[in-house]
Amino acid sequence: MDTKIGTKRKPNYLNPYFGGVLLGLLILASFYIAGRGLSASGTLKLLVVEIVDLISPEHAANNIYYERFIPKDGSSILFNWLIFGAIGTFFGGMLSGAVYGRLGKLRIEKSPKISNRTRLIAAGIGGILFGVGSQFGRGCSSGAALSGTSAFSFGGLIVMVLMFGIGYVFAYFFRKLWI
Amino acid sequence: MGPLIPLEIITGQWDFVIALLIGGAFGFILEASGFSSSRNIAGVFYGYNFVVLRVFFTAMIVAMVGYLYFSYMGWIDMNLVFVLPTYLNSMLLGGFIMGLGFVIGGFCPGTSYTAAAIGKIDGFVFAGGVFVGIFLFSEFFPLYENFYTENFLGNITIGEMLGVSNEIVAFAFVVVAIIAFYVTWLIEKKVRKGMTEYKFE
Repeated sequence: MDTKIGTKRKPNYLNPYFGGVLLGLLILASFYIAGRGLSASGTLKLLVVEIVDLISPEHAANNIYYERFIPKDGSSILFNWLIFGAIGTFFGGMLSGAVYGRLGKLRIEKSPKISNRTRLIAAGIGGILFGVGSQFGRGCSSGAALSGTSAFSFGGLIVMVLMFGIGYVFAYFFRKLWI
Repeated sequence: MGPLIPLEIITGQWDFVIALLIGGAFGFILEASGFSSSRNIAGVFYGYNFVVLRVFFTAMIVAMVGYLYFSYMGWIDMNLVFVLPTYLNSMLLGGFIMGLGFVIGGFCPGTSYTAAAIGKIDGFVFAGGVFVGIFLFSEFFPLYENFYTENFLGNITIGEMLGVSNEIVAFAFVVVAIIAFYVTWLIEKKVRKGMTEYKFE
């Protein structure tokens, strides 16, 4: 196994500052074209609403949270900007993976100190927390922290500072997952 | 003059094509920057890889400065660009929970999509977790319905909140970013020297 960083297997990534400039220009383009930034968690929210509405329309209509996202004109929940954006994100990521040679077999990436099972449980728990947190936070890292703050939203800044700050506060307790 | 879609310069039927293209570029940049790897991302919390901070901060200052420039040149009407509203209590809690999710799961929703796209099972599981989390939040929503909207400050900007112009805010972000780039570069060099376990995916 390769234990030296950046020697045998140098990763083929964009220079992070260059990647950052591209991402910044993309946010700017999104503001200019659509009047809104980027998003990610909103898609899964609409998917949740769609599935609940499919299984039990009555239950969805009676819950004031689901009910907010069901179009009143009877059009499809999924026929939405956010859904198309996320489909794009998935395939854009796949394209980059193909271009840079990272698109591969199904696999699990983890620290050598933990088992696959531990990694998947941690990923699941992290996801659930993000799902809950993004609803309280009115968006996740993309919509609230990155795009929100870029449009000078105070709430976006709050989410960003808390998200990274709390990550540092608890990093010590979860260090075995990573290092 | 922009923004183009809110001003109906681009009509509604193009909406989804544009969403697909913007989303596609987003996914490509995330993956190409190394965000399809949770270990790259989590490095920001342990000092062995600050790629998240570099990309995130650079993107933010480019977008902020560009946005102000577009407004100054009269190319964009800032009043028509969405400013995320601030629900202080709820967003503080949301940021807290997401921070915890971040350090445990190593992804955020957007990066988990790109990880899944190149074949990482942990990316799929994380995204599935987000789905479950949103479902749980929605099911129990009546319990915190009031908390959810408490301390509402409106669509307030950082500048309005601090009583300065947004130009000053952008300038402050640029200064903080440059300092952060330098300091984290020093930290990263030091931490990596002592590390043997970590290898890039």
